[in-house]
Amino acid sequence: MNGAAGMEKDVKISIRNLYKIFGSDPKGALENVRAGMGKPELMEKHRHVLGLQDINVDMRGGDITVIMGLSGSGKSTLIRHLNRLIEPTAGQILLDGEDVLAYGERDLRRLRREQMSMVFQHFALLPHRTVLENTGMARAVRGETKADFQDDALKWLDRVGLGGQGGQYPHQLSGGMQQRVGIARALASDSPIMLMDEAFSALDPLIRTDMQDLLLELQEELQKTVVFISHDLDEALKLADHLVILKDGQVVQQGEPQEILLHPNDPYIVDFISDINRARVLRVRSVMEETTAQDREFAGEVGPDDTLESVIAISEGNTGLCYRVMRDGAQVGALEMQKLVRALVPTGAAEGGIRAKAV
Amino acid sequence: MATYDFIFNGLGLREWCDKDATTGPMSMADLLAQGSGGGEGTPIWELPFPSLDALNEACPAIARTRDLTKGVETSFLDIKDTLKIVLDPITQPLSWFLEGALYAFQNTPWFIMIPILLAVVYFASKSMKLVGFVAFSILFLAFIDHYNFAMQTLAIIFVCAFLCVLLGVPIGIAMSRSDTMQRLTIPVLDMLQTLPPFVYLIPLIFLFSVTEPKLYGIAIILYAIVPVIRLTDLGIRLVDKEVIEAAEAFGMTDRQKLYGVQIPLALPNIMAGVNQTIMMSLAMVVIASLVSAPGLGVLVLRGIRNLELGVGLIAGLGIVLLAVILDRVTKAALARVNAASAAQRNS
Repeated sequence: MNGAAGMEKDVKISIRNLYKIFGSDPKGALENVRAGMGKPELMEKHRHVLGLQDINVDMRGGDITVIMGLSGSGKSTLIRHLNRLIEPTAGQILLDGEDVLAYGERDLRRLRREQMSMVFQHFALLPHRTVLENTGMARAVRGETKADFQDDALKWLDRVGLGGQGGQYPHQLSGGMQQRVGIARALASDSPIMLMDEAFSALDPLIRTDMQDLLLELQEELQKTVVFISHDLDEALKLADHLVILKDGQVVQQGEPQEILLHPNDPYIVDFISDINRARVLRVRSVMEETTAQDREFAGEVGPDDTLESVIAISEGNTGLCYRVMRDGAQVGALEMQKLVRALVPTGAAEGGIRAKAV
Repeated sequence: MATYDFIFNGLGLREWCDKDATTGPMSMADLLAQGSGGGEGTPIWELPFPSLDALNEACPAIARTRDLTKGVETSFLDIKDTLKIVLDPITQPLSWFLEGALYAFQNTPWFIMIPILLAVVYFASKSMKLVGFVAFSILFLAFIDHYNFAMQTLAIIFVCAFLCVLLGVPIGIAMSRSDTMQRLTIPVLDMLQTLPPFVYLIPLIFLFSVTEPKLYGIAIILYAIVPVIRLTDLGIRLVDKEVIEAAEAFGMTDRQKLYGVQIPLALPNIMAGVNQTIMMSLAMVVIASLVSAPGLGVLVLRGIRNLELGVGLIAGLGIVLLAVILDRVTKAALARVNAASAAQRNS
C-alpha cells in the first residue's frame, strides 16, 4: 500500500487492447466498434452489447489494483477475463509476459489452479462441505487429500480469524465469517494472484471495514498481486495502489488514487469524487511541498502517509501553522495548513455531469 | 358424381385418376349414395371437408384414410423383425432382472422378508412411526392373503424404478449440459408423459411375446422415467451459478465439478424425481396387468372382467396402501436430504 514512488515493481498482469462484445456475431460487430461506433449505437443498429472497449491496464506484482465503476460498467466482466471465465472478443492478456489467451485447456487449468485464486461477492462456498474442506478446496482440486492440506488450511483459517471453526458448515457462519472462509480458501491455494470480485460489497459497513483492514494487513505480509473490483469509491481509495475507473466498458482514468483525486480528468470522475470525505482520503504527501529546506517555523512533525484529517486534528484547526514532513527521520517536505485546507475543496462538480443533469 | 369431381376435371387429371382405378371395398356411405341414385349437385351447406376419403370418391388414385392406418401397421410389421433383432438382446437383461426379483421377493419366507423391508424403511426414513405404519400395512395385506400379490408388485416396482434412475439420471445430466440435447429430449419426454398408458402396450405386444416380463417392464420404464430425467436436468441447472463459477475458477475438471458440486447440490431435486418415478411405476404396473404383469393389478383386472366387485375393491385398497407406503418412505428420505441441504444453503 502506498508504495513510495520510485520503488518500481515488475508488471505482473498486462491487459492489451481488450474488447468484449456480447451478441450473435461479436467479430462482425468488432469491426464497427473499431470504426468508431459507440455503445448505444451498436445496441440500436446491431443488437450487440459492447461489454469492454479497448482496455489497457498494467498491474504490478505485489500491488492492489482496484477496478472501480458503477454497475454495468463492465468491471466484473473484465476480472473474469483474467482467468478466462469469459473469453474476450479481441486483445491480449499477458501474465508474466505469457499470453493467457493462447493457453490450451490443460495450461488454463494449471493457471487457475496454481496462479490465480478468486474471491466472490456472494462467497460461493460449497454448502455441503465443511469450512475446513472449503478452505482446502483449491488443494483438493489439485488432487491432494484432506490429510495433506489440513494443516495448511487450519493455519489460514487461524490467520483470517476463524480458528476452531473448521468443522462448521458455511451456513452456520455469518456473512462476514463466510467471506473470511472465501479469503482463506484463496490464500490456501498459494497462488501469487488473487482476484476479488466485489468481495466485500455484500457485507455490512462495519464488517466491510474490518475485512478491508484484514486484507491490507495480509497484503503487507504476503505481497500478493491483488485485483479488486469495487463500486465503492471509499473502499477503492482505501485499498488501491493503482486505481482504474471504468465507465461503459472504457477506462476513463487510471493511476495513483491520490493523483486521480486531485486531478480528475473527466466530468464523470468529478461527479464521482465530489461526495467523499477528502480529509480522510488525501495523504500529506499528496499536498505537501517537496523540500528539505528548513526555511520556516514548524509547528510539529507529521508523516507523509498521514491523512489530512489527522493533521487537522493535531493543528486544532489553526490554519496559520506549517508542519515538517518526516520519512524515516529525514525531512521530505513541508506542509502549510493553508494549502491543506485548499485541497479539501473539491474540484467543482462538472456542468454536464450526472449530478448536474439530475438536479 | 362426387363433390370434388370438378377439381380433377378442371385440372385435366381425370385420366390419371381413372387409370388404374381399383374399386376398394364399399363403405356404408357409398352404398347409401348408390341407393338414393347419387345426389346431383351437393348443396353448399353439405359440402364435405376435402379429406382423403372425400377426394378418393372423386379420384380413386388418391389414397383413403384407412390406407394410412393400414400403412402404419404394415410398415411397423415390416420393420418388426429387424427391430426385434436389435431390441431383443438389449432388453433381455430386463427380463432376467424382473424374473430374478419376482423369484427373490416371493421365495424369501415372509418372516424374513417383512423385517428386511422394515429395516429398509427405517434406514431410508429414520422414523419409527413410519416403520410402524408400514409394518401394520404389510401385516394387514398378508392377513387378508394379499401378501404374495403385493410382493410381486413391489418386486416389479423395485426393478423398474431402479432402472429408471440408472438410465434417467445420466440422461438428465446430459440434458443439463447441452441446450441442444435439452431441446431434442423435451418433446420426447412430453410425448411419453401424455401418451395414454394403454397406447404404449400396443406396439410392445407386437414386438415381444406376452409371456416375457420385459414387455411390461419396458412399458413401465418408458412411462415412469420422465420425472427423474426432468428433475435431474432442472436440479443441475438450478445450482447456484456463482458456486459453479468458483468451481471453474479453482480449476476443477468437468468430472470434479459434476461429482463434487453439481450432483450433491442437485440431490434434493433428483430425489423428488425418484419419488415421482416410483409413484408412476406403481400406476403403470396396475395397467400392465393387461399384458400379464403379476401383482395386485391382476386382481383388479379380475374384478373388472368378472364383475367381482369385492375382489377389485380390496385389491384397489391394497394398491392404495402400497402407494402410501412408497410415497411416505421416499418423501421421508427426500425430507432428510432436503433438511441437510436446506440448512446448508441457508446463509
